[in-house]
Amino acid sequence: MSNPNRTEKMLSDFSLSEIERELSKFPADRRQSALMAALRIAQDEHLWLSPELIEYVADIIQVPAVRAFEVASFYSMYELSPVGRHKISVCTNISCMLRGCDKVVGHLKNKLKIDFNETTKDGKYTLKEVECLAACAGAPMMQIDHDYYEELTPEKIDLILEELK
Amino acid sequence: MNSELIASRYSSRRVAANVCLPDPSIDKPWTLESYRANGGYQALEKVLSGSIPHTDIIDTLKLSNIRGRGGAGFPVGVKWSFMPRAADGQKYVVCNSDEGEPGTCKDRDIMRLNPHALIEGMTLGGYVMGATVGYNYIRGEFWEPYQSVEQAIKEAREAGFLGKNLFGSGFDFDLHNYLGSGAYICGEETALLNSLEGKKGEPRFKPPFPAAFGLYGKPTTINNTESFASVPAILRANGDWMDGEWFKNLGVENAGGVKVFSVTGHVERPGNYEINMGTPFSELLKMAGGVWKGRKLKAVIPGGSSVPVMPAENILKSNMDYDSLQQNGSSVGAGSVIIMDETTDMVAVLERLSYFYHEESCGQCTPCREGTGWLYRILKRINSGRGTMEDLDTLLDVANRIEGRTICALGDAAAWPVQSFLKHYRHEFEAKINAGITHSYPTANAA
Repeated sequence: MSNPNRTEKMLSDFSLSEIERELSKFPADRRQSALMAALRIAQDEHLWLSPELIEYVADIIQVPAVRAFEVASFYSMYELSPVGRHKISVCTNISCMLRGCDKVVGHLKNKLKIDFNETTKDGKYTLKEVECLAACAGAPMMQIDHDYYEELTPEKIDLILEELK
Repeated sequence: MNSELIASRYSSRRVAANVCLPDPSIDKPWTLESYRANGGYQALEKVLSGSIPHTDIIDTLKLSNIRGRGGAGFPVGVKWSFMPRAADGQKYVVCNSDEGEPGTCKDRDIMRLNPHALIEGMTLGGYVMGATVGYNYIRGEFWEPYQSVEQAIKEAREAGFLGKNLFGSGFDFDLHNYLGSGAYICGEETALLNSLEGKKGEPRFKPPFPAAFGLYGKPTTINNTESFASVPAILRANGDWMDGEWFKNLGVENAGGVKVFSVTGHVERPGNYEINMGTPFSELLKMAGGVWKGRKLKAVIPGGSSVPVMPAENILKSNMDYDSLQQNGSSVGAGSVIIMDETTDMVAVLERLSYFYHEESCGQCTPCREGTGWLYRILKRINSGRGTMEDLDTLLDVANRIEGRTICALGDAAAWPVQSFLKHYRHEFEAKINAGITHSYPTANAA
């Protein structure tokens, strides 16, 4: 299962301890239940999941690598190719659409000069279109990294991006 | 970044009743201190220290007439009675906080504002059903609600409301949060269980049902966040301890209590409104400030994107309960009331919803995997003015052939909007086909 040729340590001690904490939530013989969390933690550290990183995580969880690849490719929040330092996810589903998400999308695309699923040249932002993020009462909304921003206007978006380091 | 630009916990809250959403006058209602000061954990303490038989609690829940708040509306007390409490081996309670039905944003506020009610409700569920471990499955994007419940679990453990031998009763219960990673399908309970096992979120065949074969093949009960969070208040019954009549009488026949409705779209004051079941729709619309910009109401999707759309005249004669909405052609669903004003382009709306189901189909069943793609591509063609009248028949044909032919309800959920939009607004589709022009209502992709 594990690759005996791999000795490189790909995750920080902090990430490894976070994975251990997730493993502790489940019965000892159900380590795979921590696979999704482990992939998330790995992605938080590296921004995206390279094939090598996915295999590394699979080794930690002690599942065949194919299980980890299956999961990583099924869920939309895992990034399987490089992304910018900040991921901007704009909801365009019904409640946001009714309240003008097209203006939010248009403003972001113009300002950042990128389309959906593209990254700015300086590697700072990746823009994504996402399905309903369940903040419909604050539509139109977007998520940047972990945070939700609601009741967006072009002016508010400018302020938000200015504050991002 | 810590900025006032980030959405605040209070941003979307509008409260009328106070079962799942706390009274706005309470400062920091998410803390253990605030929750305790307002009756929190009293129900758990009384049940455990008084050794109240689990059957009494089930009876109270049955009498209260609370039906599952996640969308299916199955009576909570009946569901809890299905668990083989006395059977040997591990059993689980699982909370479905994978809120993702377009238009639904209530569980997010419950977890941000009232996480202890969820913890108390799940612990009571564990006691009633003989489960010593619970998992709260939270959608991956909900980092803030996740942190809120994490903090509350920590507080509850330290205060002795979670852990071993609770209140000296000999009952152990511990609770863990589980963060998903972006998949609408995981709101389907068996897909959620697979996800919780660290697998792709593909729904399982039923039967066996989770009460017999759930998480890790063990007996498991899954309820929605709002369902669990309602339980402590139902047992407290505003002072009439364990009197299910209290909650029942807040609602109407067949729909007990209060429920949170997320009112979104073209209204002046979007938000979460916890109101009595059976409240006339017109009153709820008034609470939300009415249709925005002084415009007229055109249509409402009353329960999230999967339930049939209702023209204004149908919803305006409806009350917000299961029977009334059903009589008038739709459903309570998850209580997600999407308001559309007279300017709304129904073809563009349906195109967007169809894209959603296409995007979120897990791909396991052919009718859904292929059919949702067909629906989306045909609707996109019609919306861009390149459709034909035959397309309308094809749409219905495809929708009818998905419905009822898939493992889970996502296929049905993709078919119902198509059927209902065409039933009520066929003339708009025909007009686009006849005009052959590019649509005027911009979708995000056109921006």
